[in-house]
Amino acid sequence: MTTLPLSLPTAVAAADAAVAPAQGMAGVAWLLVALPLAGAALLLLVRRPLERVGPIIATVLSWGSFVVGAILLVEMIGRSPEARAQHLTLFSWLPVGTFSLDAGMLIDQLSVTFVLLITFVGSLIHVYSLGYMAHDPDRRKFFAFLNLFVAAMLLLVTADSYLLLYVGWEGVGLASYLLIGFWNWNPPYASAANKAFIANRIGDFGLGLAIMAMFATFGTVTITGVDRAAQAAGDQAGTMLTVIGFLLLLGACGKSAQFPLQSWLGDAMAGPTPVSALIHAATMVTAGVYLVVRAHPVYDHAPVAALAVTIVGAITLTMGAIIGCAKDDIKKALAASTMSQIGYMMLAAGLGPVGYAFAIFHLVTHGFFKAGMFLGAGSVMHGMGDRVDMRTFGGLSGKMKITWATFLCGWLAIIGFPFLSGFFSKDKIIEAAFVGEGWRPWVFGLTTMLVAGLTAFYMSRLFFMTFHGKRRWLEDDHPHESPASMTVPMIILAVGSVALGGVLQAGGFLDWLAPVTGGHAGAAHHEPVLPIPVITGGTLLLVALGVGLAWARYWRADVPVTAPAGSWLTRAAARDFYQDDVNHGLLVVPGNALVEAATLADDSGVDQGTDGVGRAVLGASTRLARLQNGFVRSYALTMLLGVVLVLAAVWMVQS
Amino acid sequence: MSLMNYVYLAIVLFAIGAATVLVRRNAIIVFMGIELMLNAVNLAFVTFARMNGSLDGQAVALFVMVVAAAEVVVGLAIIMTIHRSRRSASVDDANLLKL
Amino acid sequence: MTGTAEAVLFWIAGPTMVLGALGLVFAKRAVYAALSMALVMILLGIVYLTQGADFLGVIQIFVYTGAVMMLFLFVIMLVGVDASDTTIDSLRAHKWFALVIAVGLGLLLASSLSRAVFAPPPPISQMNADGNVAGLASLIFGEYVWVFELTSALLITAALAAMVLAHRERLTPKPTQREWSRRRVHENRNVAGLPAPGVYARHNAVDTPALLPDGTPSELSVSRVLAARHQLSTPERYSSATPGEAEPSAVGSPDDDARPDRGTDPGTHVGTDDARGRGPARGNEGDDAR
Repeated sequence: MTTLPLSLPTAVAAADAAVAPAQGMAGVAWLLVALPLAGAALLLLVRRPLERVGPIIATVLSWGSFVVGAILLVEMIGRSPEARAQHLTLFSWLPVGTFSLDAGMLIDQLSVTFVLLITFVGSLIHVYSLGYMAHDPDRRKFFAFLNLFVAAMLLLVTADSYLLLYVGWEGVGLASYLLIGFWNWNPPYASAANKAFIANRIGDFGLGLAIMAMFATFGTVTITGVDRAAQAAGDQAGTMLTVIGFLLLLGACGKSAQFPLQSWLGDAMAGPTPVSALIHAATMVTAGVYLVVRAHPVYDHAPVAALAVTIVGAITLTMGAIIGCAKDDIKKALAASTMSQIGYMMLAAGLGPVGYAFAIFHLVTHGFFKAGMFLGAGSVMHGMGDRVDMRTFGGLSGKMKITWATFLCGWLAIIGFPFLSGFFSKDKIIEAAFVGEGWRPWVFGLTTMLVAGLTAFYMSRLFFMTFHGKRRWLEDDHPHESPASMTVPMIILAVGSVALGGVLQAGGFLDWLAPVTGGHAGAAHHEPVLPIPVITGGTLLLVALGVGLAWARYWRADVPVTAPAGSWLTRAAARDFYQDDVNHGLLVVPGNALVEAATLADDSGVDQGTDGVGRAVLGASTRLARLQNGFVRSYALTMLLGVVLVLAAVWMVQS
Repeated sequence: MSLMNYVYLAIVLFAIGAATVLVRRNAIIVFMGIELMLNAVNLAFVTFARMNGSLDGQAVALFVMVVAAAEVVVGLAIIMTIHRSRRSASVDDANLLKL
Repeated sequence: MTGTAEAVLFWIAGPTMVLGALGLVFAKRAVYAALSMALVMILLGIVYLTQGADFLGVIQIFVYTGAVMMLFLFVIMLVGVDASDTTIDSLRAHKWFALVIAVGLGLLLASSLSRAVFAPPPPISQMNADGNVAGLASLIFGEYVWVFELTSALLITAALAAMVLAHRERLTPKPTQREWSRRRVHENRNVAGLPAPGVYARHNAVDTPALLPDGTPSELSVSRVLAARHQLSTPERYSSATPGEAEPSAVGSPDDDARPDRGTDPGTHVGTDDARGRGPARGNEGDDAR
């Protein structure tokens, strides 16, 4: 609970009154974070005895978190919709004068959704890693980092204040950095980790400023407190809300690899594939979406910031899709796809109450099918000597049947094949994008619709180049199916890819989320500018076109083993639209110039000055050092001189 | 004759002892200078004891003697050791205070 | 105020003590310094006695003159009488600074003490009402007993320290006469033993170097200690074989500031004798050779 400074006009008393204190299992919700955190600490501190059993301990602890989350869900479903959100106060964290902040957990529909996504997918990937990393000498460290990530991510989504969320936010950033650079004996991998970390820092800076702005404006940083304050002071604090919205957006852009901070995600594929699946596809990169949805009361009253979120989402989803068309690296193509799909979510989150629930819905389904496809890509790499160039794959469907089948499910899900997961979630976003007045529904709606077709093209390209067409393997390739510890998680995720969307849709997931997301029921009052069947039909048509084009070019036709030069668009997309060059020109070059100028000033000004002082001291001390001649007599003389001087002083004072 | 004359004598002996320590380079003579200073102080103690009509000063002088005896034993042993290793009794040769 | 007898004693003893102390500053040799120091000690003891400090006066003479100064003389003997001040003073101005500061110290102390006012001293008999020794004993074993115990610990520590410092572990077994002679033959140096000092009818020969067949004096034949004391006879006097040139036999004098040059001309060094390197072994060798 927050004690607010009385001087703040927007102080909201009893801000958390709406959220009931924790009862039942929610009282031990801290186990969610504590279990994997203990695992990480154990594996990092106890080294040698855990080299072999450590990974299994980590996996068990991760599943333990999942069990706690599942029990929480069951309990929550058992209560009435109004009483589902619960608040658990852990300890007094920052008692500073009149301001005091408790560390606590907010267990509501949104956080439980995330908890289940994170723990379930995360635990599956733990299992997968048991097989994938079986021969890595550092696997104890790898599982420690994975556990650390799960703990930090759970802390992020269950935090009851933005400050505690920030702790988790930094924690996942750290875990991401450690895992991208896990094979840091390879300098490019290490610099990829640095790149991800630095790009994330820019976003983190934005989030930090946003928290400070919240405190300055509302006098509180708890989530419920900010919600109340934003709703109460919506119109007066409009400018501040917009500022906070933009700062939060900056944070979300960094973490979720949205334009203009998207450049790190492609390089982050340097990490082991399970890491890419867990952190850079299913969970961490969606934290930005979570943040925007979590802070929706701010955006509700800051339409400019919300529009910015939508625009960022639109730009990123288009850009990611185009980049995805040009990549030959299977993991980087999937990374571009992730970027694009998160763009969808951001766009939906920026649309306002009409889109929040759809953003989360797509986030959950995407977490399943994208993680499944990443694991499939890892399985392919496992069988193809850790190679990632799709041009040397082809025709793998016969050799890796389970991988092929699971990847097929993921592929169908992401392109929005009717009645699979992606169809339900993505179609809703496209429909929501068509809602509104003026130019916006046309621009955003048509963008999402066209990119749906583009998505179908690049994902089909990826799928066909890898599993179908002619075999373009290298001579010493012996593709084989992966062990059960890898295929079982893939199968489970594939089942989720196929069925989860329908299950959630039928189970009333959107209504279930409504108390948190401010009620998508409002969507019922806003009809899209086009009839829904037209939208769905048009989308499916574009998807079919995309698949057909990909089939013609990458299955039926021969795929050259070396990439053709391509058009300027292809070249630009293959180079990530010159993101790195732009960053280099805009940031690195001026930064270097600044550093050189500073170095020059330092060398010629500061150093000369300090060197002068040093030389003066040196000269003086060289002369003084002659007094230190090493003769005992001299030192005795000095002592006696001191005695005489003291005596003389006393004598003069007393006379 | 004033008893202060004894004190002045002690001061003169003390100053001469100090000068010996500073001027001489033979470690044994330097050491004798230190002994002379201690004895000068003892003379002052004894004189002040007489001035005060109490024996405390003499007791302290006795302790000074004991300490001086102990000091002589250790100091001469050190001089012997240095002479044995350096073949010199000059304080200027023991100049390891400066590298 | 004191009696006339004491004043007379003071004016005799005081200046003598100052002169003795000055001997410490100016004496060339450590032995002279030690003897003048002993003089100061004895006079101090007498002064203590006249001041009513009977016990201290006796202790002063016993402990200082009898024990401490003798210890000094022992050390001077061990270190070597030739271990005087080094000839070259590396700090020229140091001496004058030191003298000026010492004089300044004395003046400052005297001038500040001269301004102190003391009550007229009680007679000595009052101080020594119970007798000097009994009074001192009641103080030492009463009020100052802890200090006394501490000094006993200090003395024991000092005795131990002196033993540790003075102890020298013999690294090699002491060579026997057999080994000495064997080594001489093996090294083919002084196979017949060192030369004995010259023997002359008119002179005690121990301080006179022997003459080698070519008429030059052999430094090997005389004791190193005599050379250090500048007590060697001049061999020229005998080698010239002209009786009319008789001169005083000792070269060098106490006021000779230079390092002793072994009493011979530099050109008359004989053989390969290196007194420094073979110092400890020399006496042995000489003994069994002569």
